[in-house]
Amino acid sequence: MRGRSRLLAILIVLLFALAEQPQACRAAPAPVLSSPSDILDATLAKVVKIFGTGGIHNLEGYGTGLLVSPNGHVVTVWSHLLDSGDVSVVLNDGRRYTAKFLKGDPSRDLAVLKIEGDNLELPCFDLRDIADVSPGTRVLAFSNMFKVAAGDEPVSVVHGVVAARARLSARRGAYGAAYEGPVYIVDAVTNNPGAAGGALTTLDGRLVGMIGRELRNTESNTWVNYAVPLAQLRGPIAEIIAGRFTASPSKSDEANLPRFSAIDLGLVMVPDVVYRTPAYIESVIPGSPAAKAGVMTEDLIVFVNDELVQSNRTLKSILGRLESGDSIRLVVRRKEKLVPLDLRAPERRGK
Amino acid sequence: MLRTIGTLLVVLVAWWPEVTARADEVVPAVRNAERARVATIAKLAPTVVAVFQRSAPAGGSGVLITRDGYALTNFHVAGEDQFFKCGLSDGKLYDAVLVGVDPTGDVALIKLVGRDDFPTATWGDSDAVRPGDWVYVLGNPFLLASDFQPTTTYGIVSGVHRYQYPANTILEYTDCLQVDASVNPGNSGGPLFNGAGELIGINGRISIAQRGRVNAGAGYAISINQIRNFLGDLRSGRIVDHASLGATVSRDSHGAIVVSQILDESDAYRRGLRVDDEIVSFAGRPIHSVNQFKNVLGIFPEAWKVALVYRREGEKHEIRVRLRSLHAKSEMAELSAPEEQPPRERRPDRPAPPQAPNDKKQPRRLPRRSREKSFTHRPEADVSDKLKALYATKPGFANYYFNRVELSRVLRGLDAWGDFHSRPAWELSGGLATGAPFRCILSGAFASLETGGKTYLQQLDQDPQDEPAGSGGLLVALNQLRLLLTQREKAFASLVYFGREPLDGGSEPVDVVVSSLGSIDCRWYFSVATGALAGFDTRLVEDTDDCQIRFREIGTFEGVRFPSEIVVRHGESEYATFHVLHLKERR
Repeated sequence: MRGRSRLLAILIVLLFALAEQPQACRAAPAPVLSSPSDILDATLAKVVKIFGTGGIHNLEGYGTGLLVSPNGHVVTVWSHLLDSGDVSVVLNDGRRYTAKFLKGDPSRDLAVLKIEGDNLELPCFDLRDIADVSPGTRVLAFSNMFKVAAGDEPVSVVHGVVAARARLSARRGAYGAAYEGPVYIVDAVTNNPGAAGGALTTLDGRLVGMIGRELRNTESNTWVNYAVPLAQLRGPIAEIIAGRFTASPSKSDEANLPRFSAIDLGLVMVPDVVYRTPAYIESVIPGSPAAKAGVMTEDLIVFVNDELVQSNRTLKSILGRLESGDSIRLVVRRKEKLVPLDLRAPERRGK
Repeated sequence: MLRTIGTLLVVLVAWWPEVTARADEVVPAVRNAERARVATIAKLAPTVVAVFQRSAPAGGSGVLITRDGYALTNFHVAGEDQFFKCGLSDGKLYDAVLVGVDPTGDVALIKLVGRDDFPTATWGDSDAVRPGDWVYVLGNPFLLASDFQPTTTYGIVSGVHRYQYPANTILEYTDCLQVDASVNPGNSGGPLFNGAGELIGINGRISIAQRGRVNAGAGYAISINQIRNFLGDLRSGRIVDHASLGATVSRDSHGAIVVSQILDESDAYRRGLRVDDEIVSFAGRPIHSVNQFKNVLGIFPEAWKVALVYRREGEKHEIRVRLRSLHAKSEMAELSAPEEQPPRERRPDRPAPPQAPNDKKQPRRLPRRSREKSFTHRPEADVSDKLKALYATKPGFANYYFNRVELSRVLRGLDAWGDFHSRPAWELSGGLATGAPFRCILSGAFASLETGGKTYLQQLDQDPQDEPAGSGGLLVALNQLRLLLTQREKAFASLVYFGREPLDGGSEPVDVVVSSLGSIDCRWYFSVATGALAGFDTRLVEDTDDCQIRFREIGTFEGVRFPSEIVVRHGESEYATFHVLHLKERR
């Protein structure tokens, strides 16, 4: 009897071991998008168009958000859109609400809004049921890109494949991206104007990630199409909704720093006290690139790479745009003379 | 226990083929889907046209819709040219000539010559398209295909019923389809197919951002249902116009879409629409936003009749409105191709950057031009005489030649009624629906009607009158009919084929011929199904209600056929129904 039981156990193990392989390879292509319209319609109802401040230069006055509670909690990217405090949230059926900024997590570029009113009974994503996916997974991206959708038009949907899961290394203008955690890189153009805050879902409608703002890769300077995994955001979202959330300020300040500042070159500038504090050097750190190039205490920085430095603030913004290894030509005023000095941007901090 | 083991073994054996299958083998569903795609593309490719302008190293794409060579493309691909070279996937280059253009809708109809068995696309229904549907885009992006084999890109529908603002041009994409399949410079004018390989749109526009003038995941196609509405008009060889309601709408504080302004001279106003009325539905589609209203309006050519439901003080009213033209006649006549190059696609080997078909951030301008530079300019010298014979100039027309072709086709519908040339004057008699008898005389000098003890008279050398009063000018109208039957084209200052529309906004498609003589304009409706004249509208003065005459029955009288039951309407009401019992020649 015991012998038989053992045989049975071996057979069962064998069966499962053999059965697993073809099942696994069948699992990958199984969700062929055959009749996705119903799933799409359900997802489109959970993605909202957000209208707020903006509308000048490259700052769009529109964005995207995800409904995450029946009572109107909307998750989106923390951006200039929210600067005025109140924003307009428009559902796919044209219902228009005012929403208030509840709280955000700058280190994750996350903001949570609350639509005004109670017992709203809105369709929403279930944050308990999110998908953690691997490269090769087919995904859909939903967003208000280019503000194509208006009124009761649902947002746009595009299809793609998760190309990689990687740490985000990107920048926005002169600044590094606030968020530097893991992201899903997508093979479709998902991160268009207005797309930030949109949804990345599996073909069966489970939430995978939130589309981030438009960013460029720090290494290649190309645009990144990515979404922040919901698993990274779910905790803070729940805490914000529960009213328990406190952002860690040190991380956010660190994250929002420009990519290069004077101190990276070995320069300590005079305190930035007025709007146009002249860019005087208070001290030079011995052994630093600046010291090696011959920069001296009390030099006034007049030009950086032929750009006029009117104040400490302009200096900050110019240095913020530098890449590692860039050559820098400083022109300083020393006594009554203009002195050109050449140095090179060091490796980036934290690398 | 042994039985259990036995069962397990059976299960194991049953699974064996799958178990031994190679791990990298593709499941049949995926393989079949791929096979179906390959077969669909092979079927579609021969219908796709690589369009090249003759006057510039530029071009785009197109799609064949009839076996005798009619093909759709974008207005901005046709540019200023009247003649084109068109490559098909058989590797051959065909000559083509411009037929008609819709500058507002960015559509052009061209005709390839040299075959009567061109492969054609199958028409689909763009209103049945839903977000998430698979789509194929075929065309000639970046003018890559030197052997004219179209490039295929594949994607999904991102949105439907999209509205894209004109932004400083008259070109407006209403009710369009948005797709994520790659659409790039050179794809303009090419077909969008659904998963079943049916034509659902013409690609023509993309959204671009900071990433350069190439696809960024949002392409737009003019819906094929819109183009279907315009096709008859395009075949007329005219520069076709879009429609206006004669009223603008806006969202009020309660979110309702209401009339904010209305022209007194519009048909909508005459049918009772006023400022502050709430638009409930338009052409059968519920209206909840200004964009929806513009979407509906954008799919109709001028002069179509469309149902409109409005609400005033809680009460709903349904009216049928004849749409006005969106632009002034002079504007359309002087319309020419764009002055700037952005929408043109250049060959990559020319020193010009790739350019997007069109987009909203840097919209294409459509300036008004002097007539010398418009569609009326002369064909080029290197075009064969055979091709030149398919082109004729006339103000207001992209190619007047095709108007002549369509007009002769439609007027042949009159032949079935017999020869009226030798009968310049008639006397009709019979009874009204009320039972009262009538007698009507139509001659070269006057038109008269005797009924109910009264006689109504219109002298033809005097100003046209609304006679009998309240008919909208019945006597003038009947005289126009006499002129058409007895003299055809010779009777009128102008007689042109206008296009195709559903009669009275219903479901019967009719070919429309427009005549003008002095201040009198008529629209003649010929049944597409039978070719017979189904009725006509006569307008004495612009922007007033016309006299609408419809033929219910056709009878035989002394060797000719003529309407035996004639319904006359004016404004909202029916004026009278005439039962013609006798038609006599009057000497």
